[in-house]
Amino acid sequence: MEYWTGVLVISGINLIAILGVALFTGFTGLFSFGHGGFMAIGAYASALFAIRAGVPVPLGWAMGAVLAGAVSVLIGYPALRLRGDYFVIATLGFGETIRLLVENSHKLTGGARGLPDIPPGVNIWVVLVLDLMAIIALRNFIGSRHGRNCVAVREEETAAETVGIDTTRYKTIALAISAGLAGLSGALMASWIRYLHPSMFGLNKSTEITIAVILGGQGTLTGAVLAAMLLIPLPEVLRMAQEWRLVAYGLIVVLISVLRPEGLFGYREITFEGFRRLCRRPPSPPSGPVLNGEEASP
Amino acid sequence: MLQQIVNGLSIGSVYALMAVGYSLVYSLLNFTNFAHGVVVTAGAYLAFFTLTLVRPSFAVALLAAMVGGGLLSITYEILAYRPLLIKGGRRLFLIIAGLGISTIGENLIILRIGGRFKAYPPIFPMEPLHVGPVEIAVVDIMIVAVSLIALLIFQLIISRTRAGLAIRAAAHNLATAGLMGVNSDALVILVFLIAGTLAGLAGIFLGVKYTAYPQLGAMTLKAFISAVFGGLGSLPGAVAGAYALGILETFVSAYISSSMRDVFSFLLLVLVLLFRPQGLMGRPSGEKA
Repeated sequence: MEYWTGVLVISGINLIAILGVALFTGFTGLFSFGHGGFMAIGAYASALFAIRAGVPVPLGWAMGAVLAGAVSVLIGYPALRLRGDYFVIATLGFGETIRLLVENSHKLTGGARGLPDIPPGVNIWVVLVLDLMAIIALRNFIGSRHGRNCVAVREEETAAETVGIDTTRYKTIALAISAGLAGLSGALMASWIRYLHPSMFGLNKSTEITIAVILGGQGTLTGAVLAAMLLIPLPEVLRMAQEWRLVAYGLIVVLISVLRPEGLFGYREITFEGFRRLCRRPPSPPSGPVLNGEEASP
Repeated sequence: MLQQIVNGLSIGSVYALMAVGYSLVYSLLNFTNFAHGVVVTAGAYLAFFTLTLVRPSFAVALLAAMVGGGLLSITYEILAYRPLLIKGGRRLFLIIAGLGISTIGENLIILRIGGRFKAYPPIFPMEPLHVGPVEIAVVDIMIVAVSLIALLIFQLIISRTRAGLAIRAAAHNLATAGLMGVNSDALVILVFLIAGTLAGLAGIFLGVKYTAYPQLGAMTLKAFISAVFGGLGSLPGAVAGAYALGILETFVSAYISSSMRDVFSFLLLVLVLLFRPQGLMGRPSGEKA
């Protein structure tokens, strides 16, 4: 039982980062392979604040998240003015740079030997509450004027620009939110595992997060939640197939991009609204979960 | 000082082989081929197995890596990129598919061959040549020479043959070239064949220099930086960028810190993207709506 609680905690912690990237990718159309770097910033910052400065653990998490968000604004200023491919590369370079910097600052971060003895403070309830808060906050953000502007940027950047939306500004906002959540996720990870190593947040981590978002679908939080709950515990469930996991990831990604580029839940959400409608109109043929949300018009 | 330039030219040659492949695909299809690294890794392993299992001849290994790289490159183009190109989906899905391919490739190698480093059998004399104050390893001479020959042949294909003319036309506008009677499907395959062949060649050189291992393809990141530095889509730019990056890297390793080498490379990338996103020789271009 304790074991499965652990799996749930890890999934919940990853979910926070995945939700952030789901907002960023799904609502701006940009892909990032550097969010492992933001997780590393959050993780190391919160751990070091707690160890070296004796900052209370939850405050350390918040500081880690804010720092990651702040760094993302600095990075985003030049990077978000780039075209899609260049942006991907810039984030890749950013993630690797962070990893290298952490690895090479032995005195501060323990370098490749890792950082042990991080104060605890995470349990299943903390994670669940934070997950829920993140989902609600993001849902409200997406429903707000800012969120709708983000969607406009994704769908038709030029058109959005001509009606007066400052596209770079909205990309920056989305990036900062997603980086902050990644930082929070990293900080929680640090407190849960109580040990940090630069390899925990390498390119593999960034790829895993982005793959979950691609699988879940673009422009949907429901999909992100489902994908996180599906992908992260997968290696635990399929122990014997563990080595094949990454091959399967790759295959899933290729198949999704070729066969169903919008992902499992692209541009749709499961909402309470939808369930209520399902109850009100029983004669309609059962067609799985009732979906609600913006119409897809890619 | 001179020594560092020689070392830089050697690694720069390998970067150039890979960077040209990036730029070539980009110039035609306007997307970054993230599966390029797998071909490099595959080339390194093919050469290793040719040398250890088939026959210990460098020429045969070279051929195996190039042919294998070319074929692998065509294979994933047809299986993964082609359906996406036909659908005309967003460019980013091509990037995602490429990353998927590279994830598959890297982990298949770990599963079937193992994650250990595979050192090549000694094929070149270890004793370096002394040219004045500079020591040059025979390997490095070989790398620079073969790379330059390969790049020269490539340049001749592009500038002198009908296929090269078609590629240059398609780089301006693939659809229009198709309307003018160029078989664009065949052309795309040809481009992936050339890129894959050069990547296989880069693979064997990286294998000789650093042994073969599953993550070897990550080296293509450097080639990508070179291609961006030189101007993505510009072939001479890719080569110039690759040599510049190779020399910069050896200088940073020698005089600043070898562990910070990659940080400097990425810093260069960020600076280029910030101040001259079209690179040294690229055409400035905005995102088309």
